Amino acid sequence: MEHAFGTIEQPEVLPIADIKQENERVRTFYFDKAMKSQPGQFVIVWIPRLDEKPFSIASEENGRLGLAIAKVGAFTEKLFTMKKGEQIGLRGPYGSWFTTENDYKKILLIGGGYGVAPLSFLAQQAKKQDITIDFCNGARTSDQILFKDKLHKLNINLHITTNDGSDGQTGTVLDSTNECLNKNKYDCVYVCGPEVMEKKVAEQCDKLGVPCQVSIERYMKCGFGICGQCCLDDSGARMCKEGPVVWGDYALKQKEFGHYHRTKSGKIEKTNVQH
Amino acid sequence: MDISTNIAGINLTNPTMLASGIMGVSRASLNNVIKNGAGACVIKSISLEERAGHAAPNIITFAGGMMNAIGYSNPGVDQAKKEFSDLKDLSAPIIASIIGQDEKEFAMMAEKFLPGEFAAVELALSCPHTPGYGTLAGQNTPRNTEKITRAVKENTKLPIFVKISPDSQPIGEVAKAAEAGGADAITATNTMGPGMIIDIQTGQPILDFKIGGISGPALHPIAVRCIYDIYKSVTIPIIGCGGVTYGKDALAMLMAGASAVQIGTGIYYRGLEVFKKVTQEIKDFMQDKKYKSLKDFIALTHKLEK
Repeated sequence: MEHAFGTIEQPEVLPIADIKQENERVRTFYFDKAMKSQPGQFVIVWIPRLDEKPFSIASEENGRLGLAIAKVGAFTEKLFTMKKGEQIGLRGPYGSWFTTENDYKKILLIGGGYGVAPLSFLAQQAKKQDITIDFCNGARTSDQILFKDKLHKLNINLHITTNDGSDGQTGTVLDSTNECLNKNKYDCVYVCGPEVMEKKVAEQCDKLGVPCQVSIERYMKCGFGICGQCCLDDSGARMCKEGPVVWGDYALKQKEFGHYHRTKSGKIEKTNVQH
Repeated sequence: MDISTNIAGINLTNPTMLASGIMGVSRASLNNVIKNGAGACVIKSISLEERAGHAAPNIITFAGGMMNAIGYSNPGVDQAKKEFSDLKDLSAPIIASIIGQDEKEFAMMAEKFLPGEFAAVELALSCPHTPGYGTLAGQNTPRNTEKITRAVKENTKLPIFVKISPDSQPIGEVAKAAEAGGADAITATNTMGPGMIIDIQTGQPILDFKIGGISGPALHPIAVRCIYDIYKSVTIPIIGCGGVTYGKDALAMLMAGASAVQIGTGIYYRGLEVFKKVTQEIKDFMQDKKYKSLKDFIALTHKLEK
């Protein structure tokens, strides 16, 4: 699609409409802004004179946009000091999204840690299409399980795993995923979380011949497909434009998927296997 | 119909090139740009040491184009050598781009990074938003342009393109200085400005560096005038750069005296396929006008003055 001259990629400064504490590290920040966003897409959040960072969209309903954000660094620490009514900038939505087809009957969603956020948006939409949903939601401890109540209310099959057994089944999200994949037939599998986990799921789906969609996060600057910072080896595909959501078989052909990524400078860094 | 062109002995199957600074972060991305029709690519500029660049926001757009302050983020020369290897397997020439804080650093860059498998090297002496480099370090004056070009010339056999600022006046003098220093071609131009865009809700400049280089449609007529002026000042070829979005923009640059054009911001407006699209639009124009070769109208504007 061509952009007309005069289209503008600049943050729109909006007041924070509401804030909800989700678990010990995550808060959802709400904005009264209709974006026509789709699950898996992201927005870029601007705090003047500090930085700008991409965040996946956790919900958009009745003109209210929700971003579930974990406190992990200087940017989010600043964000967590901000109160309802304070202003920050938003631009987007950007990127590809999780897709469902009209004939889908049953799908499996797999979220590791914060990866649950965009998948809960997908679950909400898929529920409206009367698709049966299995949702594997895994974290290290019960305090870190995201959106447990929200997902329960959706009346879906929720499979919780924690590494320490403090909630649900003891183990990792891959354990519940394998059980689901062995027991059921799915029209499509959706995964978002640590990349090594995503790769394992994509490989398993590939083996079983089940279509799978994964979200690949890369360092990016512009968000609209021009800076070249988020391109994958070897396709060169831009994860802000052709991604972040791509098909699992495509992801598996990318030599950097699950292995490495580029930092802000463009330097290659190995993907952390300890998640 | 022949739409090939030649710059300093480098053959391009079509006159569109990827401009330095965008998409040129990795070999895979260059390959993708070539698949989308680029006749040649210039990599994102490399410095001796790794640079993180400025904090974000780094790039925004406005009604007239784009404004950026990336701040030369790059992995540094050692990593870049690994990144940009096996270039001969790519189906179009790849041009290196190097930066340095002074002529000694440029010479060192040439020594450490070149020749590699590059077809040429472009010297960015014209970035308007990185302290210590480009126009903010006075590298765009005729004196410094000549000094830096000569220092690189003494350290490489590759053809040298010197990328100059649209804000250098008179621009013909800067181009002459580059030619005197041994440049084999002039890239005209880099982004202009710097400019500033302020968010009126907060009163804050949006770019974290506050100011940034302006590219895209707003720059186009200025870049055409620069090419026109430079053509009158030097005999080496000119590569046009600045706001090429459609075939007509490329054609105007060729008529002003350019032998090829670089495209950057055009990707935003027309996708990565902009290279194919612009090439096709050039072909359509040539067919209408019954031109057989680009040579039929390169520098046409000057020929009409005679």
